[in-house]
Amino acid sequence: MLIKKLQRFTENEVTPKELYDNSRALISASRRQFLAQSSTVMLAAGLAPATLWASDELSSFHSNQSVLRSELTPYKYVTTYNNFYEFGTAKSDPAVKAQTLKTKPWHVSIEGEVGKPGVYDLEDILKRQSLEERIYRLRCVEAWSMVVPWVGFSLAAFIKQLEPTSKAKFVEFTTLHDPEQMPGQRGGSLKWPYVEGLRMDEAMNPLSLMATGLYGEQLPNQNGAPLRLVVPWKYGFKSIKSIVKIRFTETMPVTSWNQAASREYGFYANVNPQVSHPRWSQRRERVIGASLFNPKRNTEIFNGYADEVAHLYKGMNLKEFF
Amino acid sequence: MTVFRFSKRQWFVLKLLVFMLCLWPFLSISWDAFNDALGADPIQRLHFVTGDWALRFLLISLTMSPLSQVFKLPLPIRFRRMLGLFSFFYASLHALVWLVLDQSLSLDNMLNELPESPYIILGFIAYLMLWPLALTSNIIAMRALGSKWHSLHRSVYVIAVVGLVHFFWLTKLDISEPLIYAAVLVLLLMFRWPLFKKKLV
Repeated sequence: MLIKKLQRFTENEVTPKELYDNSRALISASRRQFLAQSSTVMLAAGLAPATLWASDELSSFHSNQSVLRSELTPYKYVTTYNNFYEFGTAKSDPAVKAQTLKTKPWHVSIEGEVGKPGVYDLEDILKRQSLEERIYRLRCVEAWSMVVPWVGFSLAAFIKQLEPTSKAKFVEFTTLHDPEQMPGQRGGSLKWPYVEGLRMDEAMNPLSLMATGLYGEQLPNQNGAPLRLVVPWKYGFKSIKSIVKIRFTETMPVTSWNQAASREYGFYANVNPQVSHPRWSQRRERVIGASLFNPKRNTEIFNGYADEVAHLYKGMNLKEFF
Repeated sequence: MTVFRFSKRQWFVLKLLVFMLCLWPFLSISWDAFNDALGADPIQRLHFVTGDWALRFLLISLTMSPLSQVFKLPLPIRFRRMLGLFSFFYASLHALVWLVLDQSLSLDNMLNELPESPYIILGFIAYLMLWPLALTSNIIAMRALGSKWHSLHRSVYVIAVVGLVHFFWLTKLDISEPLIYAAVLVLLLMFRWPLFKKKLV
């Protein structure tokens, strides 16, 4: 089912992976030549991103999206440079060790302050969602970033279908807890299972994405298959992977990194160059896949998504609520 | 106990071998750098490799004297200076990677980021403390300083501690690697403790 959906998407709108893989080099070599040589598919996706979204709400960052397309991080690095402590703390661990993760069948338990609780088969969930591609910059709290072409569905649309009650103020997400499949959970690097959360209005923001794929194909296990969150204005650790439970709550969820070191990792974790991590600066970021002599990138407030999300934090002291 | 007697030529070959071995991490990352093979995060890779080897060579150089004592061999201690200088060499590369690649030699960047990144300040303190040791590692300085030379070079233990705190401080969560170095350092300090005590009395 997952495959079918993705294939349908690939046929119509998404750039084939071969083109993606080459796009970086080609663009830097000669953008014009590249565009002339590339297929109409690439032109449609790259130059007229409006074709990718039916929703008008998203039109405000179409231009931003096309800019990001030229910055895509190569597939090789997106899928081999991962923080997924369930499979080890080294960046290279997940790509090697995540193959033990069994993503089919996959169930997601919907709980808490919600009209339609229950345990859902992921395939049944996906039947009711329309997949779309979104190119987002991912900024890690470790001061590096990459640009990923995700495929997924709107979290807001999904939440609406679940009919949360008026008491639902927060959404809590939980990763699979199974040390058999996730060897990193045999050790105590973090408290398992991994838990993350969003305020309801953050979850309902049009940017919030439930991803099931990247680069036009199913999510590789090391990237959080089969279902992960992507909230691009927050540090990467908020974008929880391999989700098995979504719970709607009245109180703020206790999240994993906040629990591990509350002075260093807040609940909000919004990307902000002005608010340093207690131990290191967040002003600039290393660009994954960039050449050695490329200068680091200046980190942007809300990771460049201020127009879409700054209003959510109006009147809040971002230094206090980091 | 057999006494080792190497000819000049044998010494030269042995020292050259050790030298090349110590240079290997540098050659390996240089090769990768020139071939664009440093991986996803090239600056970080250079930071880690040069920093790791600076600390490792510092600890290795500190094990030479205990080794000589335990095995009653003069051989290890004759490599102590080279190993110490290699620690200085890798620490210098480490500092250069930060200045040139990480900070793009921009004073603005440094002034903004240093106060927010205390572990970098600590790393620089450790590095600056290595300078007097490197500069006085020759026979002329040894003769000129006499007994002061030993007191000066005992600061290497302070440098090792500062360097290690720097490593612990920048580590996000998994402290297993700095812990291993710390364990080695504690062992070395325990071995040295009787000597320190004798000096104090």
